[in-house]
Amino acid sequence: MTQTLPRTHEPSVGKPVDRVDGTAKTTGAARFAAEYPYPGLAHAALVHATVSRGRITAIDTTEAAAIPGVITVLTHHNAPALKPPRRFNPLDLSTMASGTSVSYLNTDEVHWDGQPVAVVVAETLTAAREAAALVEVSYTTFASTVDFKAEEPNAEPQKGNLLMSGSAKKGDAEAALAKAPVRIEARFTTPPHHHNAIEPHATTAMWDGDRLTVHDGTQSIDWLRSHLALRFDVPVEGVRVLAPFVGGGFGGKANIWPGTILTVMAARATGRPVRLLLTREDVYRTVGGRTPSTQRVALGARTDGTLTALVHTSVTRTGRVGGNPEQVTSQSKHLYDAENILVRQNVVELDLISNTAMRAPGDSIGTASIDELAYELGMDPIELRMRNEPERNPIDGRRFANRKLREAYRLGAERFGWADRTPEPGSMRDGRWLVGMGVATAFHPAWQFLANVTVRLSVDGSVLVRCGFQEMGMGGATAQAQIAADALGVPVESVRVEYGDSSLPLSPAAGGSMQTASVASSVLTACEKLRRKLARLGRPGDDPAAALARAGVPSLEVSVGSDTRIGRLTGQVRFLSKLIRDQRRWMKAASGAQFCEVRVDPDTGETRVSRWTAAFDVGRVINAKTAVSQLRGGIVMGIGMALSEETLVDPRTGRIMNPGLGEYHVPVHADVPPIDVAYLDEPDPTMPLGLIGVGEVGITGAAAAIANAIHHATGRRIRELPITLDKLL
Amino acid sequence: MVEVRLRVNGTDEPLDIQPQVSLLDALREYLGLTGTKKGCDQGACGACTVLADGERINSCLALAVQYEGREITTIEGLDHPLQGAFVRHDGFQCGYCTSGQICSAVGMLAEHKDGMPSAVTKQASGGELSAAEIRERMSGNLCRCGAYNGIVGAIQEVAR
Repeated sequence: MTQTLPRTHEPSVGKPVDRVDGTAKTTGAARFAAEYPYPGLAHAALVHATVSRGRITAIDTTEAAAIPGVITVLTHHNAPALKPPRRFNPLDLSTMASGTSVSYLNTDEVHWDGQPVAVVVAETLTAAREAAALVEVSYTTFASTVDFKAEEPNAEPQKGNLLMSGSAKKGDAEAALAKAPVRIEARFTTPPHHHNAIEPHATTAMWDGDRLTVHDGTQSIDWLRSHLALRFDVPVEGVRVLAPFVGGGFGGKANIWPGTILTVMAARATGRPVRLLLTREDVYRTVGGRTPSTQRVALGARTDGTLTALVHTSVTRTGRVGGNPEQVTSQSKHLYDAENILVRQNVVELDLISNTAMRAPGDSIGTASIDELAYELGMDPIELRMRNEPERNPIDGRRFANRKLREAYRLGAERFGWADRTPEPGSMRDGRWLVGMGVATAFHPAWQFLANVTVRLSVDGSVLVRCGFQEMGMGGATAQAQIAADALGVPVESVRVEYGDSSLPLSPAAGGSMQTASVASSVLTACEKLRRKLARLGRPGDDPAAALARAGVPSLEVSVGSDTRIGRLTGQVRFLSKLIRDQRRWMKAASGAQFCEVRVDPDTGETRVSRWTAAFDVGRVINAKTAVSQLRGGIVMGIGMALSEETLVDPRTGRIMNPGLGEYHVPVHADVPPIDVAYLDEPDPTMPLGLIGVGEVGITGAAAAIANAIHHATGRRIRELPITLDKLL
Repeated sequence: MVEVRLRVNGTDEPLDIQPQVSLLDALREYLGLTGTKKGCDQGACGACTVLADGERINSCLALAVQYEGREITTIEGLDHPLQGAFVRHDGFQCGYCTSGQICSAVGMLAEHKDGMPSAVTKQASGGELSAAEIRERMSGNLCRCGAYNGIVGAIQEVAR
């Protein structure tokens, strides 16, 4: 029946369609959270605790308050009351929203170095910043544990989460390891990282009675709305969150951190619209980053390369005030068909700000040890991987929804020219440079969550898709416009997508590479519904707008999902049960092969990445331009992880010592070679349109590929990231 | 407070500000020109790059009062082929560094044309602009989304 309406236009899915917000972003018209003008706008500035644990004994705001233009200085003495955050409830994912468990400015207790202890609100930004520097705080300090290395032996087994288990085993890996004819054993460490989205976290908040409007750079519009209603004890219906443009997130803007809460509080206390754009230092002090990790990997194999034992254990940290343990050993459950597997994750709680998700939490670090085993065996590392490429998910025998890693390796190796590599370390040179080629596997699980949408077709042929999803540069609006255009058989230019507003239908948070698939699933259902209705109105051969015109209907709207309280709850239950069913039935994931070439200066140890090829199995690609950009972006962050990125925490005080882009080195133009990205473009039969999210898989395996390339260039195995010059000398 | 008359995108803008107000804050907070972005306020990220008499500067490291009488151009005042090229080459994702990247690239093209040397070219001749040259000269502008390949592609297209 639905086939009676012709699809009248060339499909746009898969094409390199330009971003719909391209002009806004290249002309300065795109407004971010700190860029909304309000009459009477006041500015906020934060004061941070300078001890890791303690109690405030005195807080002197006299000098600060005397600065001309200062409206108020909020401290725990005069701040409005906050309700505490709620415990996690799987039927209300917004209970995952709070960055920490602290009720900011509602307590005299300090839980981490950097916790905000006062907020200055002033007529100008200059006055707010000047006054913030003049607030005098005295503390009694308590004993604290902040040194990850020292606390590692006290780590305890970590619990699993909604999506992943904390530990798993198959057979007896330790016994098999002891008997294995060939084995390697290695310890890896990775440092803490910070997201460093170029837009610092920002909030503009305005109250009107109990109604609240918030512009916030957030990855989770709906969580933020619910969370603010909870903390400020107002009806959720009166809270509106707007985030049409977010200047990068990478996980750092998924949870709700103190800056947002305190801006809303400052607006509440002063009765003024208030804006806070965090300083770069504020971001480091008040937003969690990626946990450091220590990992043991032990592999046992027969002489033909067949893996008999895989042991992967890890220690990571959370904050005593919150944070989710990172799934560092996750990939070891899915990558190699070892006969015996043991993965175990331990965690320590420290008196530091909570850790948080950062691009591909757990999976991003990747696997360098298979390369070590390959050298031990005298085998090509790709051949060794293919020898152990599983038919079913190694840890539990589940079927893979799709797994084309062999094809990805074949494609990548050919494009990269892997065959030209001579395996002997130090055997390839270009003038004085030592040249190395490395390879590693990319892997990231695929999920879907609940998304509600409406789709409206008007008689002029225009289509409006509405869904409150988040856009931080992934190209979501462009992708959904393409999907809706094809589903309705209209040109992509005729589709407009509204997003980034909590008054739109519910969307999941942007994270876990699941936004595009989640929203696409509902957009497809809505378009199908619309086509069915149109088919009843029109005649065979009518295009969608003609069908409306024939029936004399100005527009037709359909919706998927309900945004009432009951509707959301029902939707959440339905989705959770589908998720659990899916998780039992299949292992769904994106995967790929990362190939890189590095040049190492033999005298200085300087490493330059000179070439990159990556081949991915990410199901069907919706937009050839934006998907490739996402994958490249992940690889670029992986280059930073491998070579330069490290947040330095003072092990005595718990204070972050390099809270700025001058001291925390993210990759710059000169660090990034042309990155050749290929993808198989074969749909995953279990995902909507066969697509798999591409936001995170790009970073996975990237650092491992570089570490392997450096070994190939120099013969040195550096197992402590980042691989800086000093470690190669 | 100090009276200062800025000339921004061809318009005279009289301001009464504190002397420590940066050019960046003057543009964003006093003139409402929010196209210029604040990423670090420390001269480390380049998001605040604007043109002063055609020369690229980090506006966060410039005091507004120093720029009286100079011709300031921000992204809002720019009409340049680079803008379209950035869209075609996908030279951005989130868009927050983009104004700075574009203004910086405009300034960089002029520098290269004028023979300004770099670590890649010791003796600039204003000849062809290689990818390596662009990467070196644009390294003061960070893009955390990692859209560097697209940015270089866009600049190369326009430089040709």
